[in-house]
Amino acid sequence: MAKIVSLAEAVGDNVRDGDTVAMEGFTHLIPYAAGHEVIRQGRKDLFLVRMTPDILYDQLIGVGAARGMKFSWGGNPGVGSLHRFRDAVENQWPQPLEIEEHSHAAMANAYEAGAANLPFATLRGYIGADLPKVNPNIKSVTCPFTGEVLAAVPAIRPDVTIIHAQRADRKGNVLIEGIVGVQKEAVLAARRSIVTVEEIVDELNPPSPNSLVLPSWAITAVAHVPGGAFPSYAHGYYPRSNAFYIGWDEIARDRDSFTAWIKENVLNAKPEDFAKHAGNKPAKAA
Amino acid sequence: MSDFTPTEMMTIAAARALSNDDVCFVGIGAPSAACNVARLTHAPDITLIYESGTVGTKPDVLPLSIGDGELCDTALFTVSVPEMFRYWLQGGRITTGFLGGAQIDKFANLNTTVVGPYDHPKVRLPGGGGAPEIASNCGRIFITMALSKRGFVEKLPFITSMGHGEGGNHRERLGMKTKGPTRVITDLCILEPDPETKELTVVSVHPGVTREQIVDNCGWAIKFAEQVIETPAPTELELATLRDINARTKKAHQGDKEAA
Repeated sequence: MAKIVSLAEAVGDNVRDGDTVAMEGFTHLIPYAAGHEVIRQGRKDLFLVRMTPDILYDQLIGVGAARGMKFSWGGNPGVGSLHRFRDAVENQWPQPLEIEEHSHAAMANAYEAGAANLPFATLRGYIGADLPKVNPNIKSVTCPFTGEVLAAVPAIRPDVTIIHAQRADRKGNVLIEGIVGVQKEAVLAARRSIVTVEEIVDELNPPSPNSLVLPSWAITAVAHVPGGAFPSYAHGYYPRSNAFYIGWDEIARDRDSFTAWIKENVLNAKPEDFAKHAGNKPAKAA
Repeated sequence: MSDFTPTEMMTIAAARALSNDDVCFVGIGAPSAACNVARLTHAPDITLIYESGTVGTKPDVLPLSIGDGELCDTALFTVSVPEMFRYWLQGGRITTGFLGGAQIDKFANLNTTVVGPYDHPKVRLPGGGGAPEIASNCGRIFITMALSKRGFVEKLPFITSMGHGEGGNHRERLGMKTKGPTRVITDLCILEPDPETKELTVVSVHPGVTREQIVDNCGWAIKFAEQVIETPAPTELELATLRDINARTKKAHQGDKEAA
């Protein structure tokens, strides 16, 4: 059963130096508050996994929390480069970053294989592409029935997966709505998991029998962090701050302005500071 | 006819490539603008799909990211990312993929990964995202990007997604049954692969553009088809639609000033 705890306790209990950590959320529901807590607690040597490392992983890389990263698209969506990621890869600042690069299809399949307790995923992928030449973890497998040669990648099995969701009930059952990305697969593939939520309610009341619910017994810890996905968004709660994503380009371009931003907005901040972004609770989420 | 910019001509020419029956996997940026102009003009029933899992989406403003809430709010339905890539893309349900890129070569292979050596890149670009499998699994591919010597290069430092590979029947030799890139729409002209060699060849020149401009802005010795037509200028409706959605988009993206 999930323990409902503070964010500091959830991260303190479940994220360890050297861990393989997946923080997922495909543009939507990115667990920013939890990522900031990982930075505040000074975690080191993390191997970060995420399909679309955007600003959150730029921050973790820039503070030197990561030894490596597995990913499929590392940019600031619609804006441009992740400058801290680029500085790490191009100039090894603040430390070298080992990268394992895949395509979206391969990453999605690899999470699914992890959730399904399989050792690898197979897909009709990477045909004619150069990534298999530079990533030894992209191999091939021959179909035993048709002889077709398919791409194979290892399953993703994080030590801990961290996601953000709309709400949980008091037992720790979690409801996710909107663009659901790979969050379900990432949680089920991991040994431990942390879910931050916009609100904790008496009754979960899933809107449909087919709603995406993660049961309490499949989650390690749940923490109540309203606004915890800002500047990404929580469908039904608050919109994506595209202005923040645009503004990040200038903050992250320069090492000093980045470091000053982290000090003011992460190191000297608290999870409760995210609440101001939470907006008004929609009527349906009562 | 009112004045229009080369970028407006590019987006509108790209929009015209799409039809009402297309099921289109939409890349972010220029492809997204083109696909939505098509939907708002001649192709109202086109199915637009973004890799975040939104199917049949009808955004009122263009998304900044492939997962903006606008896409989910206006979609017929939204699926998980594994389902998107496995069932819908790999399953062969998508007629058309619309991609952009940082660099392209004469066989319409694309690079969005690195400039310089992979292990010690001069410029680390974002990477492939969905492109490697979009390029192989969609029925056909359209590409839109501005013509420039930096972008249209003789040899790519890295092939992120395969177009026609080394040309000729390279796709078939690798077992692919899809057509690959069938049209590249730039701000100066439209290119299509030669039926035999698969080398990108100019088939249509935008109004007011000279052949010299095209030659001067391409990094390889670009060829012209035997019959080259002039791209019809944007209509009033096309231009008004594009400018309206761009204006709505700008307002929406800069509207949330609570940031940072």
